[in-house]
Amino acid sequence: MTAQPTEQKPEKRHAAPKKPAPANTYKPGPRAIARSVIKHVILVAAALIMIYPLLWMLVSSLRPTDVIFREPGLFLTTFEWSNYSEGWNALSHPFSHFLMNSAVVVLGCILGNLISCSMAAYAFARLDFKFKKIMFGLMLMTIMLPIHVIIVPQYIMFSQVGWVNTFLPIIVPKLLATDAFFIFLMVQFIRGIPKDMDEAARIDGAGHARIFLQVILPLMVPALATTAIFTFIWTWSDFFTSLIYLTDPEMYTVPVALRAFIDATGESNWGALFAMSIVTLLPVFIAFLIGQKFLVKGIATTGIK
Amino acid sequence: MSVAAEFQNLSKVKGGKRPYKDNKAGHLFLLPWTIGLFAITIGPMAMSLYLSFTDYNLLQAPEWIGFDNIVRMFSDDRLHNSLVVTMTYVLVGVPLQLIVALFIALILDRGMRGLAFYRSVFYLPSMLGSSVAIAVLWKQLFGTTGLVNQVLAMFGIEGMGWISNPDTALSTLILLHIWTFGSPMVIFLAGLRQIPHMYYEAASIDGATKVRQFFSITLPLLSPIIFFNLVLQIIGAFQNFTQAFIVSNGTGGPADSTMFFTLYLYQQGFKNFDMGYASAMAWLLVLIVGAFTAINFIASKYWVFYDD
Repeated sequence: MTAQPTEQKPEKRHAAPKKPAPANTYKPGPRAIARSVIKHVILVAAALIMIYPLLWMLVSSLRPTDVIFREPGLFLTTFEWSNYSEGWNALSHPFSHFLMNSAVVVLGCILGNLISCSMAAYAFARLDFKFKKIMFGLMLMTIMLPIHVIIVPQYIMFSQVGWVNTFLPIIVPKLLATDAFFIFLMVQFIRGIPKDMDEAARIDGAGHARIFLQVILPLMVPALATTAIFTFIWTWSDFFTSLIYLTDPEMYTVPVALRAFIDATGESNWGALFAMSIVTLLPVFIAFLIGQKFLVKGIATTGIK
Repeated sequence: MSVAAEFQNLSKVKGGKRPYKDNKAGHLFLLPWTIGLFAITIGPMAMSLYLSFTDYNLLQAPEWIGFDNIVRMFSDDRLHNSLVVTMTYVLVGVPLQLIVALFIALILDRGMRGLAFYRSVFYLPSMLGSSVAIAVLWKQLFGTTGLVNQVLAMFGIEGMGWISNPDTALSTLILLHIWTFGSPMVIFLAGLRQIPHMYYEAASIDGATKVRQFFSITLPLLSPIIFFNLVLQIIGAFQNFTQAFIVSNGTGGPADSTMFFTLYLYQQGFKNFDMGYASAMAWLLVLIVGAFTAINFIASKYWVFYDD
């Protein structure tokens, strides 16, 4: 069962046959209609339960804190924008500073993953070299390895080279292709690209660098987009590594800043806390909307996350 | 189709001796990864193995103490408790999440109206789920004056401090885990699409009921996907950290009821700077996750059905 990224036109497969049906056009009977109604009722109810907390948080971020504690509904009478301005300036730096920090980290990680993972994937999918099988096995293994087993020595290592409180401990591993699931995703994708393409280029005298850059890379844009969007969402939300490596408020990324915000104000100011939570979720939400198609495919083909 | 399937392939295929035509290029393209493997993964793993036999606080040189850390783990009640908490989370949370994911995927299957919309709505939480903001939201939802209690009050039920009560705190985190069922659901959907429709047509002509079709067609043909989801979700659930940290303010409270293994590891390593002990704990985690994965793979021979 190899789900190749190129062959997916799934929704259509089970739709009614295309050829014009003879006179007996299919009409759903009452039982089919009833079943479909029940389905939709279940789904709408489930969807509401799933989404309600998020909507409620959004609405609550615009309410005075004392109203949050007695209002389960979603109706807004007044807009309390002060939650946002208050939260924005509650820490030693305005929140925009942390957003920028996160943007730098995310950008670095995306670039790192795109470059190094695509190179590794090309090697695994198309090249023939010694130890390939062992290395591929090791690569798969690292997907399943808990980060905790390396975090202590990594921390010691990076602190000895003076990288604590810089973004390097977060970005450099991505430049070294440590996010193996993206390699796997790209390997799967490249396997789906017809080999004729690069063989033709090879006959024309192109070397591996050219085949990779001019034939394979342009064809694997969907896989690259998937990687970029996943990297964006995960790096943006990543709390653990930021918590460990970034202890200076100057360097805080968004998740650590949000956590510092809880520390600074306690939970007395839920309005502002929700407002800043919304600010940190918004980029993820936008990335989700833009990249949904890729995310679904990425999940379906490799099951990462 | 999946990492798990690739693993099974690896053990099947045997490579003989042959000339490697792209030897140099291959290793060049793999260079960043190879450096990463040694510098970021294998090197630190070896070091952490060494450190787990030492007493090391970052300030003085590591002092070799043999098996003391391991002996200490045997008598560390908080560690035992953190294992129980984590196991409960994994053994309750993962199956429940997968059941919900499969249930919704089954309803969503077969070219239904609004599929794309529903899929997005169900998938969204799993993309946001690991963020601090969602943990903050969860903390409020299940707090004494939180949304859950407000809704219960409308039905005249008096709520409680779900998160501040040691008996219910872990359950709320399990609920958060179930809430993120979207990504396994998407994998199930992809798997369901691969089952040829004619199997169901043939079965219904033979008079098989929907229930019978589910158990005789859907489940066996979906078993590789179920297995795959199970493996990855278990590995992921063992590593949960953010939610426990935020919900308990880093303490694992109340009464250590949300003290996940990873949270305890963090406290030992990065709060107490007890790096030797933290390393030993990390290796225990690897062993446990490895054992679970191995059991999964072995057990899969008896229930996972490959039609090739």
